[in-house]
Amino acid sequence: MDTRHFTPQTVYTIYIASTPEKVWQALTTAEFSRQYFSGFAVEIELEIGGAFVLRTPDGEEHISGEVLACDPPHKLSVTWNVNWPGMVEALGQTVVTYEIVQMGDAVRLTMTEAHERPLPDDILSGGRLGWPAILSSLKSVVETGKPLVIKLEPPTQMLAALKAMGVTLPG
Amino acid sequence: MRKPEFVYVTYIETTAETLWHALTDRDFIQKYWMDCILTSDWKVGSRMTMERYGELKNECVILESDPPRRMSYSWHSVFDAEMKTEKPSRVTYVLEPQGNIVKLTVTHENFADDSKTLPSISFGWPMVLSNLKSILETGHPLPLEAPVIAATEQAHARG
Repeated sequence: MDTRHFTPQTVYTIYIASTPEKVWQALTTAEFSRQYFSGFAVEIELEIGGAFVLRTPDGEEHISGEVLACDPPHKLSVTWNVNWPGMVEALGQTVVTYEIVQMGDAVRLTMTEAHERPLPDDILSGGRLGWPAILSSLKSVVETGKPLVIKLEPPTQMLAALKAMGVTLPG
Repeated sequence: MRKPEFVYVTYIETTAETLWHALTDRDFIQKYWMDCILTSDWKVGSRMTMERYGELKNECVILESDPPRRMSYSWHSVFDAEMKTEKPSRVTYVLEPQGNIVKLTVTHENFADDSKTLPSISFGWPMVLSNLKSILETGHPLPLEAPVIAATEQAHARG
């Protein structure tokens, strides 16, 4: 898939006292992701074209996509589409890229959420609410062995905007 | 189009009081703020200076202080000729406790569209706040060596 015309719209950078290999493992294994990603399991075939799934604690495929770039332990890029009816039709495709750079004896992790179409802030507010919590908790898990228990308010602004665009919300 | 601003949210296992102390205590700040020394009495209307290795980097004035919930100060970068011509921007800290963690939101705003200060602070905040989180949760700063930080910062400032 050609994603050169995709626009990065949300970027989050965090520094972690760890190695690139350990951060890569935290990003790509269910064992780690269940701890910092609200119980969600990351399932990924680590090769270009491989399948990517983010599974809810109930076993549902919440997000699915395909691997676009895979250069362990430096760069991982996947399509990241939420499986709600009409979602991709309304928003276009989303691509999430993680970049890991060694800095001294620490690691800089940058998450970039890029979109096929420029999206309004209302829609982007969901990711902007979620990523800081997810990646703060990932840092805590890697550095202390313990995740953070973060209660996130529901992304009401995003949900209202999606509804207005005709996306069928679950539940 | 989005406003030219930088917003960073981090969650830290600590209390609002401990975090407030970490944000306003000169000795504590020096542990995580990449060798910067911040000097102020943190009272509304007071001056706050940010120096590194004896060089004045930023001149600030405390605009709001509501411990341990909210702090706001103006920010004027004076170490770079172009940045020095920009009008002061504004930094706000909001501390929201939930259980045994605190949500810290740092908003740095009031930039002109072509601000040179905005890319510089966008690089610095994630490093400072990641380091703050590490110290509060583990007792240790990030193992980022000072030369690595300085080199990366300079490369970034040059664009």
